Amino acid sequence: MEQEPLEQFTFDFKKETAEIVGGSSDELKLKLGEFAGPLDLLLFLIRQEQANIFDIPIARITDEYVKYIRLMKGLDIAVAADFLVMAATLIEIKSKMLLPRDPSEVEEEAFEDPRKELVDRLLEYEQYKAASQMLYERTTIEQAVFGRGKIESDDANAEINASVFDIVTIFQKILLRHRDEIKMEIAREEISLSDMIKTLKRRIFEEMELNIQTFFEEMQSRRELVTAFIAILEIVRTESVKLTQKKTFGEIILKAVTNGTGN
Amino acid sequence: MEPETETATEAVTDTADENFARSMAELVAIVEALIFVADEPITTKLLSEVIEEERDSVEAAVVELQKEYETRESGLQIREIAGGWQIATRTELHEDVRKFLKTRPSAKLSLASLETLAVIAYKQPVTVPEILEIRGVQSASAIKTLLEKRLIVTKGHKETVGRPMQYGTSKEFLIQFGLKDLNELPSIEDFEDLAG
Repeated sequence: MEQEPLEQFTFDFKKETAEIVGGSSDELKLKLGEFAGPLDLLLFLIRQEQANIFDIPIARITDEYVKYIRLMKGLDIAVAADFLVMAATLIEIKSKMLLPRDPSEVEEEAFEDPRKELVDRLLEYEQYKAASQMLYERTTIEQAVFGRGKIESDDANAEINASVFDIVTIFQKILLRHRDEIKMEIAREEISLSDMIKTLKRRIFEEMELNIQTFFEEMQSRRELVTAFIAILEIVRTESVKLTQKKTFGEIILKAVTNGTGN
Repeated sequence: MEPETETATEAVTDTADENFARSMAELVAIVEALIFVADEPITTKLLSEVIEEERDSVEAAVVELQKEYETRESGLQIREIAGGWQIATRTELHEDVRKFLKTRPSAKLSLASLETLAVIAYKQPVTVPEILEIRGVQSASAIKTLLEKRLIVTKGHKETVGRPMQYGTSKEFLIQFGLKDLNELPSIEDFEDLAG
């Protein structure tokens, strides 16, 4: 079993791939590496045992497989759940094979080898494993081929494709825009939140009912709108005012709650 | 080259004579310049649109160019990649080219990523559970890597329970693996004997 297992390993395309190096039968020394998955490990073990894939010595392979997983655990390699699932599958097949066959079934051709499903999966997996080797070879070749370096075309350097004149013109435009903005800022009338609450309160108690949409529409700027919104939230929380809405998406009305009746 | 392209060459030289457009030599030169300048593999369609020539004549010119490079054992080659044409160095010269560029082969894909990519390439469009069934192992991180490397792309949801996302290979995959198109991949059944 420990005789040159490396020879059996078809894919050497990843040097770090796990390999089992010599050692006594119960103590395997492991050169750390990864198996791509439980099927990969299983194929490796079958090769190592020089077993026929169509007639897998299930008991022996299961033992090896479980031993390997213990080893991985012992070496503190997190054993993925998928590896454990496979161990369970192997043990299940092993026990099925130990059970005496139903004599009536044996005579019929219908008897199905409990290993069949696993063999099918292994064969399919093997194809993709070979395909991945092909892909690996292709990239290796591809990495030996070089295209030309980037050409510094105008297209690649669009932002430099402008004269000093262009830049000055754009800068002037920006300055002009800023001047307008400053004007607007001077004209803006700031209203504080407490002022807004006062106004709102006065309006509600004067009119008893206030449609908040009307109130919002009276606002002059974005800033005022935000202040108004906060004021409404605040007033509902602190004062005897409630928000009502007759139907979904309908108008929202602010109402003063008269003492005693409101709740 | 392939027999079909041979016949194309003949057919085109005929039409070129009739049209009195550009000579074959001229076409070859223009086509060479455009392939050289293009950032990505340039398609015959695009070439023919730019130079306003029949696709057949363009194709013939590229094949002719390809032959010229081969005959004089040029350091460059014209390759058909991802449905387009590309000018690139010859594989054999990689050592000297690398020495000059001071590059090393870039990080290779892990075994798990390669396997996942193989399954996606052959089974596309394919869902994560379907990949799991073949590989016998979760492929989430491999799929993430492949998406990051833009080798695979999402191909919409499968209309089945849970509507799982489907994946397929990208144009980048063809470029990085030097493939003309997906049909150039050997059929999966061909691996049967190789594997055993």
